Amino acid sequence: MKHNALIAEDEPLLAQALQAELALAWPELEVVASVGDGRSAVREALRLLPQVLFLDIRMPGLDGLAAATELADAWPTDDAPLPQLVFVTAYDEYATRAFDAQAIDYILKPVQAERLARTVARLKKAVAMRRSAAVPGEDILASTLAQWRRLLSVAGGADAALESAAPLKFIAASEAGSSGATVHMVPIDDVQYFEAADKYVRVLTATREYLIRTPIKQLMPQLDASNFWQVHRAVVVRSDAIESVHRDDGGKLSLALHGRRESIPVSRLYAHLFRAM
Amino acid sequence: MNIGWTSVARHYLQVVAFCFVVAVVTHLIWPSKGYFVQVGYALSVGTITWLVIEFGRHLVDEKHCHHAGDGGHGWPRGWRGLLLTALGIACGFMLGDPLGDLLFSFDTVSTPRDNRLSLAITVIAGGIATFYFHARGKAANMLAKIRAAERDASEAKLKLLETQLEPHMLFNTLANLRALITLDPPRAVTMLDRLNSYLRVTLAGSRALSHPLSAEFDRLGDYLELMAVRLGPRLRYTLDLPAPLRDVQVPPLLLQPLVENAIRHGIEPQVQGGEITVRARRDGARLTLDVCDTGAGIDPDSRPSEGGGFGLQQVKERLATVHGDEGVLRLTRLHDGGCCASISFPVAS
Repeated sequence: MKHNALIAEDEPLLAQALQAELALAWPELEVVASVGDGRSAVREALRLLPQVLFLDIRMPGLDGLAAATELADAWPTDDAPLPQLVFVTAYDEYATRAFDAQAIDYILKPVQAERLARTVARLKKAVAMRRSAAVPGEDILASTLAQWRRLLSVAGGADAALESAAPLKFIAASEAGSSGATVHMVPIDDVQYFEAADKYVRVLTATREYLIRTPIKQLMPQLDASNFWQVHRAVVVRSDAIESVHRDDGGKLSLALHGRRESIPVSRLYAHLFRAM
Repeated sequence: MNIGWTSVARHYLQVVAFCFVVAVVTHLIWPSKGYFVQVGYALSVGTITWLVIEFGRHLVDEKHCHHAGDGGHGWPRGWRGLLLTALGIACGFMLGDPLGDLLFSFDTVSTPRDNRLSLAITVIAGGIATFYFHARGKAANMLAKIRAAERDASEAKLKLLETQLEPHMLFNTLANLRALITLDPPRAVTMLDRLNSYLRVTLAGSRALSHPLSAEFDRLGDYLELMAVRLGPRLRYTLDLPAPLRDVQVPPLLLQPLVENAIRHGIEPQVQGGEITVRARRDGARLTLDVCDTGAGIDPDSRPSEGGGFGLQQVKERLATVHGDEGVLRLTRLHDGGCCASISFPVAS
């Protein structure tokens, strides 16, 4: 059985080496594309719909985590199942420690044959199980999504988790459009949602908008996880602020919040939070 | 009050020994009293003088005192120290003599000449003893300072080595070399030679004070070539060293952190990569070294990152060590994106 794979790795020699090792470890796997940045990875993956993705975590432009997050939403699940995702990482990145701690499979650069053989065995099993079609497609998607979510949270939160502190009570922010000379202490329960925007994160209450510089990734560990949910790569909502959840014709979810008119998109990765009971 | 009783005991033992010596002198002047009586007098005067000075200095606020090498209370600075010595000697003379009379019950009639002599002896002996302790304290202090300076210097060397031989860079290079060994063995050998010569200068460079610009450019060439293996066609570079400047001396690998910054902040974040130019030029009596990239440029909002900030700091410090205020490091944003780091310093014609 032929399978297709995509490699995204910004160091060309390491990409070649991975491809060469894969040719030995899994001869039936065809590497249909080898790209050097996250943006090209998303484009080529959507065009070629491979069964396995090897994504380097550190890449120029879009990094591996952002590329995977984007792919999770853009993947045409009706045409092809969501692929198996494997992160590739250099020795010293925090991620390796977190991956080991969580027993998550990943590929360490430089690639070693023995270590790769184990990953390949697991990938073969996962791909074969999906082919057997003994399990409904919906469940397969749900379980693959759960695996992606786990990968992304461990790889993305690895360094942030180290500095987790007591939950914030206030958000110290300047009002949007102001000079920033005044810092407002916004009570955490007034915040309806956070949204990442370019260099800032917007802090939205029912009536006002503030800006902070702390990225969402660093903000998350400082928020009470039962109260604040990440529903999208760029959005964290306060669960009590959610009024209703809507599903459009394509199955995409969006949220309506108390006191806010705009609707909030829900990423496929986080849709499991809103399954009807 | 922080009194180290071991050092107090040590001081007093030395005072006692000194008193035995003083008693020899006084015994020569007044042979009528026995030697041990003289020792008794010397001890009375010496002990009181010492007590006043040893414990009196603890009453002086620490901010007016020298820093003590062993962490105890230091000697008072300037006039306070002199006053304390004078006070100690005065107390020793005025209380010590009567104490000696009392203990050894001598109803001696002292002539004014005797009094002047014994005052002079007390002043000289007290002065010598105080000077002795003061000089010893100072020497101990100097020793502690020298040790601290040595420690600082080795720390600086270690940090320099760490910036030039960042583990991330080393392991990435090794990972790429490992790939090259199977994919392209002749190129792997060339790369290994580059790594070898770069490592040699890095490890020796922390000892050597300077090397010629031609060697500097060769080593930057090694470094850039190693980086080019990693980054592939994304990294292009030019090294431009005019022949007349080849022998100008510079601290080894002075420019390396600037090239590393250019790669890390200018080239690596860019999908299309970029070009790095390292150039030496002469403007009259000054030499200018530019490291320019065509990359992402400096983000005016960005806070200096750990590695990058330290790299620049370290270049500045090394430049200041050699050229003082005359050595200048300047960062310029280029309007077409990218960034230039320029070092300039005076050079002999």
